[in-house]
Amino acid sequence: MRPNRILLSHGAGGKMTHELIEELFLEAFENEVLRALEDSALLTASGSRVAFTTDSYVVKPLFFPGGDIGRLSVCGTVNDLAMLGARPLGLSASFILEEGFPIEDLKRVIASMREAATEAGVGIVAGDTKVVEQGAAEGLYITTSGVGIVPDGVRIRGDGARPGDLVIVSGPIGDHEIAVLLARGDFSIEGEVRSDCAPLNGLVEEMLRTSLRIHALRDPTRGGLATVLWELAQASGVGIVIEEDSIPMREEVKGVCELLGYDPYYLANEGKLVAILPEEEAPRVLEAMRSHPLGREAAVIGEVREEPKGRVLLKTRIGGHRLLEPLSGEQLPRIC
Amino acid sequence: MCLGIPGKVISKREGDLAEVDFGGVRREVSLMLCPEAEVGDYVLVHVGFAIQRLEEEEALETLKLFEEIAKSLERE
Amino acid sequence: MKGNKGTREERVASALLREIGRLLRDPLQIMEVCGTHTVAIFRSGIRSLLPEGIELISGPGCPVCVTPTGEIDRAIALTERDGVILATFGDLMRVPGTDSSFIQRRAEGGDIRVILSPLEAVRMAEEERKRKVVFFAVGFETTSPAIAASVLEAERRGLDNFYLLSSQRLIPPAIEALLSGGKVAIDGFLLPGHVSVIIGKAPYGFIAERFGVPGVITGFEPLDILEGILMLVRQRREGRAEIQIQYRRAVKEEGNPRARELMEQVFTPVDSRWRGLGTIPESGLSLREEFSRMKAEEAFDLPYIERPDPPGCLCGEVLQGVKAPPDCPLFGGRCTPQSPVGPCMVSSEGTCAAYYKYGGSR
Repeated sequence: MRPNRILLSHGAGGKMTHELIEELFLEAFENEVLRALEDSALLTASGSRVAFTTDSYVVKPLFFPGGDIGRLSVCGTVNDLAMLGARPLGLSASFILEEGFPIEDLKRVIASMREAATEAGVGIVAGDTKVVEQGAAEGLYITTSGVGIVPDGVRIRGDGARPGDLVIVSGPIGDHEIAVLLARGDFSIEGEVRSDCAPLNGLVEEMLRTSLRIHALRDPTRGGLATVLWELAQASGVGIVIEEDSIPMREEVKGVCELLGYDPYYLANEGKLVAILPEEEAPRVLEAMRSHPLGREAAVIGEVREEPKGRVLLKTRIGGHRLLEPLSGEQLPRIC
Repeated sequence: MCLGIPGKVISKREGDLAEVDFGGVRREVSLMLCPEAEVGDYVLVHVGFAIQRLEEEEALETLKLFEEIAKSLERE
Repeated sequence: MKGNKGTREERVASALLREIGRLLRDPLQIMEVCGTHTVAIFRSGIRSLLPEGIELISGPGCPVCVTPTGEIDRAIALTERDGVILATFGDLMRVPGTDSSFIQRRAEGGDIRVILSPLEAVRMAEEERKRKVVFFAVGFETTSPAIAASVLEAERRGLDNFYLLSSQRLIPPAIEALLSGGKVAIDGFLLPGHVSVIIGKAPYGFIAERFGVPGVITGFEPLDILEGILMLVRQRREGRAEIQIQYRRAVKEEGNPRARELMEQVFTPVDSRWRGLGTIPESGLSLREEFSRMKAEEAFDLPYIERPDPPGCLCGEVLQGVKAPPDCPLFGGRCTPQSPVGPCMVSSEGTCAAYYKYGGSR
């Protein structure tokens, strides 16, 4: 049954999102740069490699433990640039405000954006503001775009993973999505989980200082760890095997997943990255990550193999194997 | 067809309701099907209802119990 | 790289698997009845570890999968009525009806709300007195006592805007229908752990006594499932046919009498249609006369229209264990989790969905 309307699942970051992008957007906007579908577009200008990216932020609620829509909008775009190894040059921020939105809240959001931008060492250099009637925009939507320069010698692409490489994650997965879920209060679950929302460009610079041979970087946002690993496996034509036991996760995140029947590998993260790099580079890079505040709990979680091409396998707690497919649509709570 | 999660009863609320802790997160649960459950008890929860009381040792030490089974197999 | 616990679990798993391999003589076909077991088995990777000779087949214990299309259509029709809020579990949102689904209807503006507990539907009725809240209840004996308790609560609070559209079913009659039908050879059952928390051991007695087939009431952790399989293999090796409890920490022989009391107070068994299995006598639950005001089918005058299964869809046979998902011509091609044709693919614990998502070919 092909949907003839947009469904929430189209925004979940999984297969349905991909299909929408392929069939509607890529079809129409056809060009080589877009087709690469990296976190940022890579353009060349006067010999420099320029990364360019854009993202919209529609999160509800606007404020949650560990962050808010403002922080998210700065970190999300900085991170998309960082995943190509790019140093952020400048950000733009466009605001769509609902009539009636409290100016105090707007001040909070702006202050939060300034704080995040300072952490990332980047300026917000352009912007726009629109106001829409009450009822639209649910308070506030933000769109940020970012430009960055990829330093010479850095080549980080989605198709860079090679058999024998190791897979590293920078810390516990699932914090952001669970923090927002708890803050929404939809399921009346109480808990203290904070979003991990943070700019990763500093961590990436540390990693690149230690080794220029990092093959791939992705931040597992919508769609989670499983989806980005699947994207990398597909783009690189390799198999990726990760170990259930090695994947760091907070007890509270596990608890919420059990209560709702969610699979933690599909939860969004906003301050974590996945790195794929040659085995011999791993110990040094891991050490560098662990000495950075955003990488304290970094861990090797798996490896890259020849087979099965384009797929991701999970080695389970009891030593068996199962496939990790990319997210299909939004995860729905289940009782069965 | 049945996700059942073990949790610990932290406090009782009005009526048959109780606050139950699941690994650090908490939710309201009805004790209508398990009226004998007390604060400190472990219960198995399905669709917001406690459906059985669990022995604390068994709820917490499941792996240990399995290890004993495995050990007894090796003895055979 | 490995945490201590992982190594411990792997060691126990190896010991259990070794013993299974040691005791296994003839090939065994084991049916795991419960959809939650289907998913747990796939997620744990047990299929990739079991020795040759053990075949695990999935049974009809997926409440979403066995609900006939006509019942889904009837619930979807409700969402087109003015002033109706339809509350349901997340598991049902994507199930395809003949023309639509709840998720499609929500996108079109239908007021459909996902709940985690039937008590939420009762609260909804209290908060929205001007609207009619219909709880579309699908589930087995694990869930029915909670639904019964919620019905009683709605009654207690005098909520005349609370209704129930019941699609609840019972497990033992389905197992009996499968065994009597004789279409698939079953050497042992992994019986549903959480259904058994409610009903206990006794209702399964006929499986061993009348049909000579062993059954083990099993939990859902990977080690539970391995121990359950081991207990079945041991019974077969020793020529026994008994009902045993592996899930000792949660299942008492007598089940939960209080839960059954509430169930019996509110519901009465009725004949019910199961996708794939046809009509099974006394296999469903319906509201008793005293609660008939809450019956949504009557209050909203919703006729049940029998609908054919989509052409080519083998869900019926998959549910009986006669066919495996890869045998279905639609599997993985026209029928995938994003565009499912039948409920076995859309249900979070449908056999086809599990095969597609976790298992590839095995």
